[in-house]
Amino acid sequence: MSSILDLFRRRPTANLARERLQILLSHERASAGQEGLIITLREEILAVIARHVVVDRDQVQVKVERTGESSILEIDVTMPIPRAKLRAASC
Amino acid sequence: MAKVVVVTSGKGGVGKTTSTAALGAALAQGGERVAVVDFDVGLRNLDLIMGAERRVVFDMINVIQGEAKLTQALIRDKRLESLFLLPASQTRDKDALTGEGVARVIAELRQSFDWVLCDSPAGIERGALLAMHHADIAVVVTNPEVSSVRDSDRIIGMLDSKTERAERGERIERHLLLTRYDQARAERGDMLKVEDVLDILSIPLLGIIPESQEVLRASNVGAPVTLNAPVSAPARAYTDAVRRLRGETVEMSIPSDRVGLVARLFGRRVA
Ligand SMILES: Nc1ncnc2c1ncn2[C@@H]1O[C@H](COP(=O)(O)OP(=O)(O)O)[C@@H](O)[C@H]1O
Ligand SMILES: [Mg+2]
Repeated sequence: MSSILDLFRRRPTANLARERLQILLSHERASAGQEGLIITLREEILAVIARHVVVDRDQVQVKVERTGESSILEIDVTMPIPRAKLRAASC
Repeated sequence: MAKVVVVTSGKGGVGKTTSTAALGAALAQGGERVAVVDFDVGLRNLDLIMGAERRVVFDMINVIQGEAKLTQALIRDKRLESLFLLPASQTRDKDALTGEGVARVIAELRQSFDWVLCDSPAGIERGALLAMHHADIAVVVTNPEVSSVRDSDRIIGMLDSKTERAERGERIERHLLLTRYDQARAERGDMLKVEDVLDILSIPLLGIIPESQEVLRASNVGAPVTLNAPVSAPARAYTDAVRRLRGETVEMSIPSDRVGLVARLFGRRVA
């Protein structure tokens, strides 16, 4: 039931709008605009790593996050333990 | 050499056409030679907002296809002799607007004007991309409302990657024009505040245009609001925005119609 009192009970909604936008856009920015850049970076990073170690393609994650006027580039590589170390450990 | 400005937003109905006309007229009032270019093929409106709809003979597609010279298609404003309109085609296929054709028209406009203002169609498709492609400066028109802010964010990403300047590795100047702002509602917490939108989009602010009935009145008579009601709140806000666009430092304010009420009543009686 709506009454005149509802007018006074109503909470401001702009804060919620702001929060929802911030969450949504941080996701959309990471995916949409930077897609091309991420693909290039990922391929080149993979090539550099492959020169030194054998890694699975799925083990290389590249993310770009825009914060204000700059971006943070996150590279996450899960590397196998080098053979030499494995051998040393088993001795 | 002209500066090419794209007035863009992603979302439709936020005030791009209104702003193109108002900014163009305000620039011309300051003595600059200005061309406003309608990129909204099939949904042209800039001619109507400028009050030139009955004088359209040729449009940009006629120029691109060699059916008319640019000078034949340009319509001189009745009130300001340094303000010109290049209309969009209302009947032709959108594909007739080619990238190469647009490049030629913009290059020719650069030769004879100080400012070329491109009124972008809504959306993030080909038409919007063509309108922004040659821009040196982008005016991102945004309403304090979630879907408009989201679309502006998307457009900013495209300005940074899909324009000629971006492709050359140069930066395109981007400015936020916050329109249809209602300060009372923002203060009540029912509308995103200026700072909220700035925080989220993080591009410099060109101006805050208040929600005002003067905008509708100006469109009814077919005159940019800066010409039809020069002392009204939106007109003052657009005039300040133009001064900033020209590089002046102008203190940011949100003009209100209430302050100008006396002046407006007085102005009308005299006129
Ligand atoms: N500051 C404002 N105050 C009130 N109404 C406005 C304002 N700016 C734009 N409008 C109205 O919003 C509608 C859409 O404006 P328009 O300039 O055609 O947007 P777009 O070109 O982005 O689609 C029009 O009816 C116009 O009169
Ligand atoms: Mg429009």
